[in-house]
Amino acid sequence: MNLAVRDIRHNFSRFAFTTVGIGLLLMVVMGMAGIYRGLIFEATLLVDRIGADLWVVQGNTRGPFAELSRIPVNLEDRVRALPEVIRARRFVNHSIQREHHGKPLRLMVQGLAWPDDKGEWVSLVAGRPLGQAHFEMVADRSLGLALGEQVTFGKDVYRVVGLTTGMSGIAGDGLAFFTVSDAMAIQFDTPSEAIRLERAARLARTGNQDFGRAQPLLLERAGGASSGISELPQPQVSAILVSLNPSADVNKIISTLSTWSDVTVYTAQQQRDLLLSGTVDKSRRQLGLFSVLLIIISTIIIALIMYTLTLDKIHDIALLKLIGARNRVIVSLILQQALIMGAFGYGLAWWLGQYLFPYFPRRVMLETPDLIKLAMITVLISMLASLLGIWKAMRVEPNTVLA
Amino acid sequence: MEGNASRAEHGIGLMDTAMEQVPAIEAIGVTKVYGHGQTEVIALNDVTLRVARGEVVALLGPSGAGKSTLLTAMALINPPTSGQIIIGGELVMDGEDAKIDLRTFRRKHLGFVFQKANLIPFLTALENVQVALEINDTPAHAARERAMYLLDHLGIGDRAGNLPDALSGGQQQRVAVARALANNPSLILADEPTAALDSHRGRQVMELFAQVAHESNAGVIVVTHDVRALEVFDRIVEMEDGRLLAPSEHTGAGTH
Repeated sequence: MNLAVRDIRHNFSRFAFTTVGIGLLLMVVMGMAGIYRGLIFEATLLVDRIGADLWVVQGNTRGPFAELSRIPVNLEDRVRALPEVIRARRFVNHSIQREHHGKPLRLMVQGLAWPDDKGEWVSLVAGRPLGQAHFEMVADRSLGLALGEQVTFGKDVYRVVGLTTGMSGIAGDGLAFFTVSDAMAIQFDTPSEAIRLERAARLARTGNQDFGRAQPLLLERAGGASSGISELPQPQVSAILVSLNPSADVNKIISTLSTWSDVTVYTAQQQRDLLLSGTVDKSRRQLGLFSVLLIIISTIIIALIMYTLTLDKIHDIALLKLIGARNRVIVSLILQQALIMGAFGYGLAWWLGQYLFPYFPRRVMLETPDLIKLAMITVLISMLASLLGIWKAMRVEPNTVLA
Repeated sequence: MEGNASRAEHGIGLMDTAMEQVPAIEAIGVTKVYGHGQTEVIALNDVTLRVARGEVVALLGPSGAGKSTLLTAMALINPPTSGQIIIGGELVMDGEDAKIDLRTFRRKHLGFVFQKANLIPFLTALENVQVALEINDTPAHAARERAMYLLDHLGIGDRAGNLPDALSGGQQQRVAVARALANNPSLILADEPTAALDSHRGRQVMELFAQVAHESNAGVIVVTHDVRALEVFDRIVEMEDGRLLAPSEHTGAGTH
């Protein structure tokens, strides 16, 4: 006869409410682990999928995910000239926030090196990849944009031609793919008045110089578009993505690139490791500490509940001892109840999580190894929590029945 | 009621002749002292009592006479300060020293009934009896059969599936008696089992004790204040100030 189950059946509503409480706590612990996995997934999504063997970034920096990296666009041509390099692409990636239909629209702009990279590596759920050099975009569904919808960024209007799902950046914002030139136009978009003021300032500076006064054509160029002045620097990009011939000696190419003192080169794995050890590491520790605290809180709560349930049964336990029940009968009664409570709480946490986690603003990924680990932790804390109740039960004297 | 063969099959009334000669319990020179010095209280003072198998003994006396202390000492849940307790010929307590594992001994040889039925509230009547058998290693199916037999035998088989809440006081007390009898104990100890019952129900329970004691050949000691049903007892023992009084004019049915 299973005393634990019979007691639970008799006090079902109290057991159910308590289990729901424990289940919600465990769901939060489960969610923490899921958020951590989601964080890693989002952080490494681009590095994993963009398909670059090497990342060439600004010298003495750790790349665009760790800090600001600025390199001239013509570096792409220098890299492409190396033997065994089959492709070099400009990498432009930045977050913007605009207003769309009266609501804030936050997205991560990702440049695709048109026409080499049309975004074939981006898995579409609707529409098509980019089909022209300008004014088209592929957006993640999380941004809430519809296929065919037109959005204004800067001075240009972009049409959504494709939709993806599950593509988000390190900050959790949905990704939007543009050609690199469009991405750079969005990044360096300057208000017309600022452009006019800059041209006027250049005109004034040149006019104050002797050669400016002597050369009227110079004054005309200084007051014109920046692109017409070769002395001005070209727009810069965050990194150059390098794809190598599969048979290439990677170390040899890295050592060649390392001799270029204006850049630093990383393999895709190094870039991934830098991401995880930098930005994600603090979040990981933060989530880990919260999880540990929640597990401790859950243990204490289950322990107090088990203690209270034991106190309620103290007379019955004394009676069982009086009629000769072995300690294992009593220990089993309390331990089984704690384990049943933990198991049902865990099941409820998983079931609720399936419905609730998709509505969380950040991605929550429940992975089997994490679920197994949490299941084992639940068993362990249930056993630990039952110790207080067992300790109380062991101290009960059989003659308490007569009290 | 089933016949003797059926009772034997279910473990009632099986006792060899040699064992019948051995008293169910002997309390020899039992003394129980609470506190020390000025707070010292002598609850039992050199009490000697023997109860034969199949004998039903009433323990009478005013409050504070030491009846319950004697009963709990014989129930092995309140060790005496000095004296011996021998159950079924086996020395169990010598002063405060337990000579055997008391819980195991209680499980195998003793049955208890209290003023309140003390049924486990989350178990049905049947399960309350069954649990006493299962903790004594009776297989579940056999335990269920015997528990059902005992409830039928005590006239409450039709309430076997009810939780204690759904039973009357008398029915609860019968379940408690069935539980006490479950493991075929050599000694049944009852502490004011009729106190919570009306006179009719109280008498029924007392008669029940006499009946099962005689059928199962167990010694029965009942602490009671209820003098209305004393004729069902084989012997009446009175206590006062922690001592047994000399036999009074009360006499029971006296079959032993």
